[in-house]
Amino acid sequence: MEQIIFLILSVIIIVFSVLTVTSRKILRAAVYLLFVLIGSAGLFFMLNFNFLAAVQLTVYAGGIIVLIIFSIMLTSQLNDKLESAGLKKSVFSLIAVSAGAIICLSVIMNYNFPKASGLQPDSSMRNIGLQLLGYKENGYVLPFEVISILLLASMVGSIIIARREKVK
Amino acid sequence: MLAEIKLEYFLIVSTIVFFTGIYGFLTRKNLITMLMSTELILNSVNINFVVFNKYLYPENLQGQFFALFIIAIAATEVAVAIAIIISLYRRIKTIDVENVTEMKY
Repeated sequence: MEQIIFLILSVIIIVFSVLTVTSRKILRAAVYLLFVLIGSAGLFFMLNFNFLAAVQLTVYAGGIIVLIIFSIMLTSQLNDKLESAGLKKSVFSLIAVSAGAIICLSVIMNYNFPKASGLQPDSSMRNIGLQLLGYKENGYVLPFEVISILLLASMVGSIIIARREKVK
Repeated sequence: MLAEIKLEYFLIVSTIVFFTGIYGFLTRKNLITMLMSTELILNSVNINFVVFNKYLYPENLQGQFFALFIIAIAATEVAVAIAIIISLYRRIKTIDVENVTEMKY
């Protein structure tokens, strides 16, 4: 049963990621990217990381895709077709990418990963909250605070960059 | 329960998504589609972290927290990049990389 679900999810992820980079219409590419992100949220649910899957669905699928679609609507006509890359460029990129993929896949298949110990990580909401704000062992309060400053800085920065110039 | 699905299968999926993202980054000319390719790359890395956490180091939650922070950084990156793209579009009316030869004000 779980193999079937995994198979469906991985086929969804791979097919839609290929469509994302090859589609000629930009809005469709954004929607295909949404399907890739939802598929990987499904993988996280399958692995029992419920909180991470919920974050993936809200931040990625709800936030980033909406932001990308807004910027597409602000910067291009929806009926425009993207110009395709030249034949030479796409052939050489395909060669480089498939060489890299073959090397990585052969390393993965030949590496002896240690057997799974069968333990389940404790990804309950209580444990996540305690570790995210903990400062003892396995506490992540420092990166948490750094991320909050980064979010503030990027918010201020993007407002300043995208602000209209004053008319003189 | 998850014993039948080996660790390698997840890694194969994420490797394919990663290199698809690199292919898109190399061939696309529009800035927004290049941004979407980087999102694909970050997402495949997230899958890797979570799977290693689940299969190899189940005592702690390091992989999950790393994936959480990657999601937050991806969100900030997209916000800043889209601000730059919109400001660029206002200035020179195009977002193709080949026409954007100078970003200096």
